[in-house]
Amino acid sequence: MSSIDYSRELSVIEGKPALREIDDLIAKPLETKPNIKFFIGLGITLTMLAIGVIAIGLSFYYGTGLWGNNNPVGWGFPIVNFVFWVGIGHAGTLISAILFLLRQKWRNGIARFAEGMTIFAVMTALIFPLIHVGRPWLAGYLMPYPNQHSLWVNFTSPLLWDVFAVSTYFTVSFIFWYVGLIPDFAVLRDRTKTKIKKAIYSVFSLGWRNSNRHWQHYEMVYLVLAGFATPLVLSVHTIVSFDFAVSILPGWHTTIFPPYFVAGAVFSGFAMVQNVLIVIRKVFNYEHIITIDTLEKMNKIIVLTGTLVGYAYAMEFFIAWYSGVQAEQFTFVNRAFGPYAWAYWIMITCNVVFPQLFWSKKIRRSIPVMFVIAVFVNVGMWFERFVITVTSLSRDFLPSSWAYYTPTLTDFGILIGSFGFFFTFVLLFSKTLPVVSIAEVKAVVDGSQPSHEGH
Amino acid sequence: MNKKYLYGGVGLFDSPDDIIKAASETSEKGFKKFDVHTPYPVHGMDSAMKLKPSKLAYFSLVFGLTGTFSALALMYWTSSIDYPVIIGGKPFFSFPAYVPIMFELTVLLAAVMTVVTLISIFFKFPNISHPLHDTQYMKAVSSDRYGICIEPDENHTIEEIELFLKSLGAKDITKIYYDDEELKYKNVILQPKFLLFLALIAVIVSGATYFSLNKLMFMQPFNWMREQAKVIPQESSAFFTDGFGMRMPVEGTVARENLPYLFKNQPEEAGKFLINPLEANEENLNLGKKKYDIYCSPCHGYFGEGDSRLRGQFPNPPSIHSEKVRNWSDGRIFHVVTEGQNIMPSYSTQLTNNERWATILYLRVLQRSFNAKESDLR
Ligand code: HEC
Repeated sequence: MSSIDYSRELSVIEGKPALREIDDLIAKPLETKPNIKFFIGLGITLTMLAIGVIAIGLSFYYGTGLWGNNNPVGWGFPIVNFVFWVGIGHAGTLISAILFLLRQKWRNGIARFAEGMTIFAVMTALIFPLIHVGRPWLAGYLMPYPNQHSLWVNFTSPLLWDVFAVSTYFTVSFIFWYVGLIPDFAVLRDRTKTKIKKAIYSVFSLGWRNSNRHWQHYEMVYLVLAGFATPLVLSVHTIVSFDFAVSILPGWHTTIFPPYFVAGAVFSGFAMVQNVLIVIRKVFNYEHIITIDTLEKMNKIIVLTGTLVGYAYAMEFFIAWYSGVQAEQFTFVNRAFGPYAWAYWIMITCNVVFPQLFWSKKIRRSIPVMFVIAVFVNVGMWFERFVITVTSLSRDFLPSSWAYYTPTLTDFGILIGSFGFFFTFVLLFSKTLPVVSIAEVKAVVDGSQPSHEGH
Repeated sequence: MNKKYLYGGVGLFDSPDDIIKAASETSEKGFKKFDVHTPYPVHGMDSAMKLKPSKLAYFSLVFGLTGTFSALALMYWTSSIDYPVIIGGKPFFSFPAYVPIMFELTVLLAAVMTVVTLISIFFKFPNISHPLHDTQYMKAVSSDRYGICIEPDENHTIEEIELFLKSLGAKDITKIYYDDEELKYKNVILQPKFLLFLALIAVIVSGATYFSLNKLMFMQPFNWMREQAKVIPQESSAFFTDGFGMRMPVEGTVARENLPYLFKNQPEEAGKFLINPLEANEENLNLGKKKYDIYCSPCHGYFGEGDSRLRGQFPNPPSIHSEKVRNWSDGRIFHVVTEGQNIMPSYSTQLTNNERWATILYLRVLQRSFNAKESDLR
């Protein structure tokens, strides 16, 4: 009837690159020497990392009294940063697992990078609970193992659920990432000319032979892992939110927390991936693999999750009023108009107002604008965690124990260090491993799948 | 290269359509050992090669369920059997609180074990000395071409295979040989060296854990929290002249509920002047029964008949239902319990004054039950 064929799949990769060109393009950063810009970038991130290391070193030497944490705000920066970084880590597995199950082929170009970022973000996040306990060398006690004290961990505590959730998330994301890398290691192994690199790639490729008898099981495993990782992604921030929601503090003790945290995590994760991808595609000339269409789709998810988060903010206020609980009502009025109103309104502007600009197609496809909005989202999401953690703690039931929380220089040093840690890994990753999945991209190039004529 | 040991013949194709056609013809022709190599998974290849669906997902199911139930078992055993602790008034076995960890361990075990199974059992990896490695063929199929590899079997010789590949329209047809290293190759996983390596890692990890938890914690500066500048009970102290860390209470200090006994060695006076301050109500009698059953019944028996449960390890006491004891005042019995009598020890440290009086109230009940009056029957 009409001339438009809706069953035709839109191409994910722009143009129709030959398969070997894809190899060349993706392997190029690994085969060329890093340029001066890379070293400048690395210098900056390493400096930030060094600031963090010094701040943490001082904290270990003098004790956690160097931080702003004090009664009644015992959670302060370390927990804010932990939740922030775990949230960043949510985009990767969402892209690689949920979008895989939903057959969103555009994910293929960005999945590898997002997964890598997940792993680095979770590693960064793990620093914070470790240093927050004050004696990180005792972290082994978090594991249930038969010990001298014949004591076990408290399985009914959300903090322990967190230990299990975050470590499972890290392990599974890592496995997912590595399984995806195996065929790419084989490609690199067969391309490389130097002996050492060849030995390394051979070992990591485990001897992959591109055999279809293997691909068959490989695809099945990918499906199974995606199936397991999907509820896992949702569970991780749910459990992080339990850390708050299972307590009885006004402003924390709400049932909306799990979905609200998950939406927020995806929101901030996508924003961070967006920021990094924009830089990567420019620097490595991946414009036709990580296409503007892909970025636009990411923006759509950002506006969706941003709206969800905005809805959650509104709903919290509504429920506080509707519940008739005085303490709850006070907490929310205090959030918006109390001593931390500045943080609250930064959060609202960055998370609820700016992303709404993405309703305009022009803005969704404008790279500089989306970069700025994504930065705003990251700032806003950091402040969301700050607002939740600090406002509730600083003013709880007993006015006599109220106090204003002021972070110290050491706190900021550690925060800067965490960004340094994360971006150092991102930079090293971009130079040592294929940042785009070679096999997955090849599989979605136009004409790479049989036309099934005569079938 | 050792030309003696032949692996098979290979041919290359340029498009996914060609390789699908070639694969289905090869499988129809009855070649037993053949494989297709493609740079990415080609849709429809499994049915073209007539492969059975992968069974790996069943393994995942089993691993996942193992994770679920071992998590449940661990949590049940530790918190209900091995070391039950009341936390927040929740039952020892609080299932809803176990769900998160059960879920996490399901995913963890399923994911890790599925991938381990995939790699070691389904792929028989790691294996980096396969005859196909380091061939032009492998370099082509890992990049942009699609290849098929057929191994000779009892019905097909290598010459027939080459002819067949040619008839399919394959390009770059070659024979693949084993080289020496590949012939000698054994699966790494079962090699003693590898197993030894694993054992070594296990030893190092457990040694490091032992060291850090049992030694490191007691060394400077990691013992900060353990060693604090304060005196703890039973410690000596150079600060005081007597060398004790703890201080003696001021003279005349009396422990709560433990007023000194006024009638030391004066049983008759005690019987005369001491009066039971407690009322014989349900609360006091319950307390008395509890204390009697704990402290008195081992020797005197549950009903005070002198039927000790100590099997002769301690002389049996007389019955408390004797005329003598029945006629004693409460104060006189109090004296026995407080001071002891001959070989019966004193109970003044185990029982507070009130508890002793309550026990006596209960003792009276026992006596009355053995010598009930006519009026009690009504
Ligand atoms: C270790 C065993 C033992 C326990 C426990 C014990 N008694 Fe006795 N009790 C005896 C013995 C033995 C005698 C007899 C002492 C004697 O030779 O005069 C006795 C004597 C008595 C008498 C005096 C009986 C008489 O005929 O002279 C009374 C009353 C009595 N006990 C009460 C108690 C009460 C009340 C308790 C619990 C608080 C108690 N006893 C716990 C061993 C025990």
